[in-house]
Amino acid sequence: MSRLTEKNLVIAKEIIARYPRSKSALIPLLHLAQEQTGYISRDAMVHLGELVGVTSAEVYGTASFYEMFRFEPIGKYLINICGTMSCALMGAEELMHHAEKRLGVKAGGTTQDGLFTLAHAECQAACTEAPCLQVNYRYRLRVTATDLDNLIDDLQNGKLNDEIPAHGVLSKVRQLIPADRAVGAVDPELVTESPVWLNGKPAL
Amino acid sequence: MTIVDPEKIVVDPNVVNITINDKPVLARKGEVIIAAADRTEDFIPRFCYHPRMSSVGMCRQCLVEVETPRGPMMVVSCMTPVAEGQIVRTATDSVKKAQEGVLELLLANHPLDCPVCDKGGECPLQDQAFSHGPGESRFVEEKRHYEKPIAISDIVYLDRERCILCDRCTRFADEVAGDPLISFTSRGNDTQVLTFPEEPFSSYFSGNTVQICPVGALTAKPYRFKARPWDLNETETTCTSCSVGCRIVVQSSRDELVRYQGVDIDPVNWGWLCDRGRYNFESVNSTQRLTTPLIKSDSGLVPSSWSVALDSAARIIRHALSTSADSVAILGGARGTNEDAFAWAMLADELKINQRDSQLGDGLTPEIFNLAQATIDETCAASTIILLAPDLKEELPVLYLRIRDAAQKRNSRIIEFSSHDSGLTPYAWRSVAFEPGRQAQVVRETLELQEIKEQIQRGEVVVVLGRANLAENEAFTLHALGEILHALPNAKILPVLRRGNVRGAVAVGLTPQQNSGDAIDILTKAAAGKINCLILLGANPLADVADSILVKQALVQIKNVISIDTFVTSSNTNADVVFPAAAFAEKNGTTTNLEGRVSNVTQQITPRGTSRPDWMIATELGLSLGIDLGISSLDELHQKMISSIPEFSSCADNSAIQSDGVLMVSEASATISRGSVNLVDRNSYSYRLIVSRTMYDAAQSTITSNSLVGIITESTIYVHPLDLARIGVVDGTNIRVGVDEINIVLPVRAHSGVHRGTAWLPYNHTNVDIRPLLNIAADVVDVRIEQIK
Ligand code: SF4
Ligand code: SF4
Ligand code: FES
Ligand code: FES
Repeated sequence: MSRLTEKNLVIAKEIIARYPRSKSALIPLLHLAQEQTGYISRDAMVHLGELVGVTSAEVYGTASFYEMFRFEPIGKYLINICGTMSCALMGAEELMHHAEKRLGVKAGGTTQDGLFTLAHAECQAACTEAPCLQVNYRYRLRVTATDLDNLIDDLQNGKLNDEIPAHGVLSKVRQLIPADRAVGAVDPELVTESPVWLNGKPAL
Repeated sequence: MTIVDPEKIVVDPNVVNITINDKPVLARKGEVIIAAADRTEDFIPRFCYHPRMSSVGMCRQCLVEVETPRGPMMVVSCMTPVAEGQIVRTATDSVKKAQEGVLELLLANHPLDCPVCDKGGECPLQDQAFSHGPGESRFVEEKRHYEKPIAISDIVYLDRERCILCDRCTRFADEVAGDPLISFTSRGNDTQVLTFPEEPFSSYFSGNTVQICPVGALTAKPYRFKARPWDLNETETTCTSCSVGCRIVVQSSRDELVRYQGVDIDPVNWGWLCDRGRYNFESVNSTQRLTTPLIKSDSGLVPSSWSVALDSAARIIRHALSTSADSVAILGGARGTNEDAFAWAMLADELKINQRDSQLGDGLTPEIFNLAQATIDETCAASTIILLAPDLKEELPVLYLRIRDAAQKRNSRIIEFSSHDSGLTPYAWRSVAFEPGRQAQVVRETLELQEIKEQIQRGEVVVVLGRANLAENEAFTLHALGEILHALPNAKILPVLRRGNVRGAVAVGLTPQQNSGDAIDILTKAAAGKINCLILLGANPLADVADSILVKQALVQIKNVISIDTFVTSSNTNADVVFPAAAFAEKNGTTTNLEGRVSNVTQQITPRGTSRPDWMIATELGLSLGIDLGISSLDELHQKMISSIPEFSSCADNSAIQSDGVLMVSEASATISRGSVNLVDRNSYSYRLIVSRTMYDAAQSTITSNSLVGIITESTIYVHPLDLARIGVVDGTNIRVGVDEINIVLPVRAHSGVHRGTAWLPYNHTNVDIRPLLNIAADVVDVRIEQIK
């Protein structure tokens, strides 16, 4: 069902071309696949294996090592409410209760319309701005119940479409390296010179 | 005291002096401590280290102390290379404490279900827990739980609770087999070996992971709960399922075969086996095995006594010989031992039967054994390996492992010539495709390319030579070989004819004599009514010979058929006499592998019923015919063979035959020259056929092995994806394949390893018989492939 789309395939090929060995591109490609549907489907893993020349088992082995790759469908917006110390002291638990009531799902669940997945998170390194949450990895700081309601309204109305891309994607800006700026794929075994940081040549 | 001038001491740069537990040890440069220690009496415990794979330091069980300027340091001995002057201690108090600690941790999550575990009794974890473990566990918490065992393939089961994550199976699959279909997944406490969801570990070599798993996490269906290790009887022998000749241990319990395990011998299999060779022992146990002689009656084959059967066989042969010696022919003999074949060849000599052939039209002329020969080791050490052979992964699996290793880890480069992608294509330095029949020309042109010329001048060249395509005249392969030898007169040959003991059978004379014809000529004569009696030595021409129409005609015309076999087969159901033959592991003798290595095969169980070894049948049949072959024991026969067959004159050393084997004598006396056949062009609407074997085909030993029979796939034809689009059908639908007025219907699949304009048709699969398409007299076979409207 969810192999990479034509558009993402172009991006995938560009990513693969950055590495001397195609399989080094696996992690960024997994992110790309997750961006497409919110989770990494079986078909996506098969497709990535074909693209970088490894077996599906190897893709699965690599992907399953990382907590942030998901293998089950997820809502369009993943709301991670921090529950670690600072946030807890500043009302994270109440915030979570409020969110659960408002969305009608328990933490870990996904709303019926498939729009929201609510989840507990550990410290998100914004302790001075507690309580905080991330929606698709975009911060919301010092969040009150009203803030949360507004956020949910805005997301439902599509007001934040520009700022918050679907499916919990990590990357804020897709990195595109123009061909003339890219170092290109060099097989490490063919490199005879010492690395740039040793011979003092400036890096690109 | 002698004074040695230090200048004069010759130092071998490859030797490193170390001490292990205060004893001096000579180590090889670059090896790890544990490898050096394995040549001493001091055993270092280990789970993940395997001498045939790279070290990974997964389990930490092999901790030892090494002296450093800052005092003793604990190192993992499977990852630490030896160094000059290194001082290693393997059993100090702190080493013991460390090893006990590691074991306690390994056992923390281990279910300790040894009483119901197949590995119990031969389990490195169990053994080393006793020898190097703490004796008891302080772990009182709940252990990790997983569903017990899950099937990860048709053969292999995985119990993740028992797994100690040593990475042996996953490393083997990736590094040795090249089938990384199992992998570590998740991490930390949840780490587990798994396949991709719903995709089986369908490697041809999966049984090796079961053998090397240091715990009972991996078990194999054919052996699960069959026996306990301490109840097993075993003997070392040589696998004869194909001509690689892997060294194995055959284990039995209560006179039934229960398991084969690979034995590590350096010149051949390095301890590895293929799954077909490992698991087709089930066919020896099969209830369908012949147990008594059978003779023809009005109601088909009926059991008889040996004396009646021998008498009637003798009568038939005598009668046929009374017309002419040329009205009798012998086919087969490549599946038995050297001694079996030799006894039959002696009998044939006595009876002046010249028409004999142990190859069944699917091999190559025995002349190739008289070219300069290479061993497997020499092949894998050559700087260039030219493949002009069938897909080794399918037909000679462990040779594939060796050559893959040579290309991946050593300095060999493979130049492959083939009509479709093979298991070695991904590892070939250059893979050159040819349309069936065009190989001589393609080889010639390729060898003229500058980069190829430079490559072949780098050092030794070995040609791996075999018959890749059953739908193609043998001459094409020989002409291509002629081209190689013309350009590279010093190239050596590794002949890869696949049938178990074909080399031995040819050497002792089960090959056409006095310029008589080969198997195909014999069958052609038979079809013309010129053969009165055909003796089948474990041969089933209806399954083995590519041209089924010819064989059917022949069998109709031949008056009498005498068969020596372990089963009733399609070819002997109408025989006059069928003698039950003792199978592999039911008889002693020697066998010869593809490189001409002679090693012993041994008896482990009593032959089923009244079956007897082929050589004994030959002797007794001789007596019934009034001929005394002068053999009263196998030993006598063996001695007679090595003294009368010059090729076996090197085989006097019994202890070598019982271990690594002895190379037979070969003389480079033959020449294979270039040549050409006028080949008609394929018309653009047809597809040129490539017919070859795969590992799991409907071979007798596979269909009678319960664990393997389900793996055999149905006949399917494969074409290039663009050709499939041209035919205009969906992948997997039935299509019609035709030659002249013969049509068969079978599924078609797209395969990117098949080239445009050709079609690959695996031989001898179930459901549809593809043989009617094959006309052995034709140079190549072009077929129509059409939609069924
Ligand atoms: S299954 Fe066996 S071989 Fe594989 S990692 Fe676990 S313990 Fe090691
Ligand atoms: S490769 Fe051949 S000889 Fe080796 S185990 Fe397999 S069938 Fe037996
Ligand atoms: S505790 Fe919530 S961000 Fe650190
Ligand atoms: S044997 Fe050395 S770490 Fe496992």
